[in-house]
Formats: sequence, structure tokens, C-alpha cells
Amino acid sequence: MKVLVPVKRVIDYNVKVRVKPDKSGVDLANVKMSMNPFDEISVEEAVRMKEAGTVTEIVVVSVGPQQAQETLRTALAMGADRGILIKTDANVEPLGVAKLLAKVVADESPDLVILGKQAIDDDSNQTGQMLAALLDWPQGTFAFKLEKDGDKLKVTREVDGGLQTVSLTLPAIVTVDLRLNEPRYASLPNIMKAKKKEIVEKTPEEYGVDISPRLTVVTVTEPPVRQAGEKVEDVATLVSKLKTAGAV
Amino acid sequence: MAVLVIAEHHHGALSDATHKVVTAAAKFGGDVDILVAGEHAGDVAPAAAKVSGVRKVLKAEGESLRKQTAESMEALVVPMMANYDAVFIAASTTGKNIAPRIAAKLDVMQLSEIVDVVDSSTFTRPIYAGNAIMTVKSSDAKKIITVRGTAFEAAGNDGSASVEDVAAPEGPFKSEFVSEEMVKSDRPELTGAKRVVSGGRALGSADEFNRLIVPLADKLGAAVGASRAAVDAGYAPNDYQVGQTGKIVAPELYIAIGISGAIQHLAGMKDSKIIVAINKDEEAPIFQVSDYGLVADLFNAVPELTEAL
Repeated sequence: MKVLVPVKRVIDYNVKVRVKPDKSGVDLANVKMSMNPFDEISVEEAVRMKEAGTVTEIVVVSVGPQQAQETLRTALAMGADRGILIKTDANVEPLGVAKLLAKVVADESPDLVILGKQAIDDDSNQTGQMLAALLDWPQGTFAFKLEKDGDKLKVTREVDGGLQTVSLTLPAIVTVDLRLNEPRYASLPNIMKAKKKEIVEKTPEEYGVDISPRLTVVTVTEPPVRQAGEKVEDVATLVSKLKTAGAV
Repeated sequence: MAVLVIAEHHHGALSDATHKVVTAAAKFGGDVDILVAGEHAGDVAPAAAKVSGVRKVLKAEGESLRKQTAESMEALVVPMMANYDAVFIAASTTGKNIAPRIAAKLDVMQLSEIVDVVDSSTFTRPIYAGNAIMTVKSSDAKKIITVRGTAFEAAGNDGSASVEDVAAPEGPFKSEFVSEEMVKSDRPELTGAKRVVSGGRALGSADEFNRLIVPLADKLGAAVGASRAAVDAGYAPNDYQVGQTGKIVAPELYIAIGISGAIQHLAGMKDSKIIVAINKDEEAPIFQVSDYGLVADLFNAVPELTEAL
């Protein structure tokens, strides 16, 4: 089985974001960038499937600026085989990314595309589902467990209230949730090996996809700041404060 | 203008989330219809017809729709969109699964988890785990929107809409429901609860989580939540997770126990009315958002609190 794994370069998980004073967006200058944490889980899952013998080739793809190549190298160091960078400095919305990925799928004919359920920058949670719709493929979102079952893929999903299992006819789309696996750290030898792996560069124009945004940002502002309250001495004081506030 | 609200319902009961989505849809403007699809749609439709301000309820039942898979819901909703300007659906796992599929089919860029409707093309939504709030204008002819329920009041129940049947789409689809394991609980549903008691990693084990958090929640009639660390460690089920990538809650009272307060957790609960934090580390970031902070060993403080209430 051949797997395609899209990865996104985002502000690092641990960075506290700052809104620009002119309210045009978030300040990305000199900020640490990393692979979207959910995408690390996708790459890890594909690599584990390859180690288990169910997957023969892992292709990783990223839509972003030149530096997104570093994100692809990280995925290659984790165990992916080759990369595709669709280079653009534009801010591409999930719909545009899904359209580009649909073209990559047409070229590469993977049996499975594994994506992160959301990117931690814009928190949209859309790209995988949109790609599934554009391809008319079935989708298993928020995956907790994957199991190959003949020409089907059983996906156990994290849903409100518990877990749900669906069976998808391959080819299919999976988006991953937090508990699917714990991504590995790439070893130094693998990081060195990854430098020799192939990354092909493309552009949205070469794919003939219109990525012009549908949404115009009006403002980006700081959320209302919550003021810290008071420290209470003991449980009895806490209970009396809560009673006074009418909370219990 | 007309808006299609897709109802959220569980075990034959209309979810309160639907009432909140109707409020958001009413703010968008035009006629508001509710689509009730899936198993028990017949039981849910009368409740949907009572939601204030609703023009009509569309009821779709059938084997293919039973579990509201994204594939079957796409087949049901996309043809209906000839008559509607927008889809509004709760940002639940069901809504998040279905909405982008409909949006892509209609060549629309979806707006996820909106917290305000400014006008019929301008919406506000949090980004970066709620550390920035973005207002965007959509140039698409139709709008596909998921709604963060905690940002809207629930619509009332003084409506009397008519109920119409809609044919379920013909299957089979390339995705089939196999099974589900639902957590059984008599407690209120986490996202709609008036009170929430959440436990973190400091509890140390699932046994301690159940021994300390659960009785306090029961005493308060509260829902139980957890930090990601507690869920990852196996102290609590997955769907207890409060935070950026889990549940977003805004109860009257939120009690965080042994939770340090990572930004991803704060993203899920900082709109709560009163926040109480119990943590032995007085430097824990949770105290920066809490109204009442108690620096104490939770293993002593929590039983004492449960006893005192």
C-alpha cells in the first residue's frame, strides 16, 4: 500500500503567539516553527505501517514557503521515503490545500492519505474532509486506531461520548487524533540519511489550481484578558467565597 | 435568505447545542430550517419543531443515514443547498466531520467554530488556541459554518414549526458503520454542563481520579473533565479532554484540580464564569486565570471540599 502524508509548517506548539499591533495578523517574525503536532502523528502512523509491512512507500507533501522543506526533511528523517514541496508564500486556505492535494493524489495514486485532524495555527479542522469530498473517497476522521482489513481499513474514531468504528473501502482518507500513537524522535543517522532523500519542488500554478483566498481578514485581535483573582487560605474560605458568589 | 441548521441529537434527544446554533443562524438572518437526520429522527423532530424562530423541520430517516456518516450526510445535504444560503452546524465531532465535506462539494471555504456573526458575510472565530481572535469576511456565495456553542445563548422552546419528510439518499456508501463504545454516564454532558470538575496529571492514577474527582462532581451535579496529560496517561476517557483539540466548555463554575494550565487547556475553559484552581504549585499558570486559587495538596483539599459542600 502506498501512503501520502501531507505536513504543515506551523508556529511551534510551545510558542506564545503575539497579535501584531496593526491587527493584521499574528507576528511570525523570528518565531520558532515546527511540524504541526498532528502531522507528526500522521507520519509516525505511516512509518509504523511500513515497519509492519502493510505499507511499501510513504510520500510526504507540504504546501508552503521554501522553509517548509525543513518540515519535509523532518518527516523524511522519521522514515518517509520522498517529499514534494508545493512552494508558495501565499497563505493557502484549507480548500486550496485540498485542491492541490487532490492533484498530487491524481499523480501519485496512493491507497491512503493520512492527515492531522487540524493544524494548531488556524484550528480549522477541514483539509482532510475536503480532500475526501473532492476525490469522492470515504473518510475516517479523528482516528484513535487503524487496522487494515483486506481491501478495507477499519478506523476507530474519537467522537463525543466515546469511540466509533467505521470500515472504509480503500482508497481512503484518514485524519488522526492525539491518541493514535506517540511520534518518535528522528535519530542522528536517520537525519543524515534524510538529507539524501529526494524532495521535488512544484508550484500551485504547475498544478493549475487557483489558490486565491475566499476569506479576507478584517482584524486579528487579542482575546479579552482574564484577570487573576485571589488566592484563598483554605477549603473553608473557598467554600464560603463560592457560596457568596452564588456558585454552589 | 434561508439557513439550514443541521441538528445535533443523541439517543433520541435533541441536543442543547442545536438551540445555540439556531441563535447563531438567526443572527445571520433569513428563514431558519432545521434538518434532523439519522436514527431516532422521528423522535427528535417534534422537539426541533418547538425551537423558537424555526420555519420548518426537515426529517430524514433511513438505513444509510443511521449514524450520520459524512458520506451519507453529504449526499443528503448538498442537493438541498439549491434552496439555502448557509449551513450552520455545531462544532461537535459530528459537525466537524460533516461540514467540510459539504463545503468542498459546493466549492466553499468553510468557517470553523465561529463565536460571533457580525453580518451575513462577516464572522469571528478564535485561532491559535484562542490566543488570537480573527474576524473574516467570506466572498463565497454560500456559507458553511460550524458554531462554537459556548459563544451563543440557547434559543427558546416556544416555536411551532411544521415537520416535512425528506428522502434519505440511496446507499451504499464507501464508509460503513461497524460499532461504537459510548461512555455511559448519568452526569450532564460536558460541553453544556453548568458546572465542570476537571482533573489533571497530579492525580497520579485512574483510581485516584475516580476516587477524588468523581465524588466532587457528583456532589455538585457537575460534568467531569480532564487535562490532556490526564487523558494521555489513561486516568480518564478521551472524550473528557478539555482544551484546544478537545472539548470547549464555558460553565458557570469550573474547578481545575491538579491541572497546571497549559495554554492548550486554558483555550478550552477560560470563558467559564467562575474558575477555581487547586494546585500545590503556587506558580502554576492556572492561577493566572482563576477567580479563586487554593495552593494545597489536592489529596487533602479535594476530600475536604467534597465533604464541606
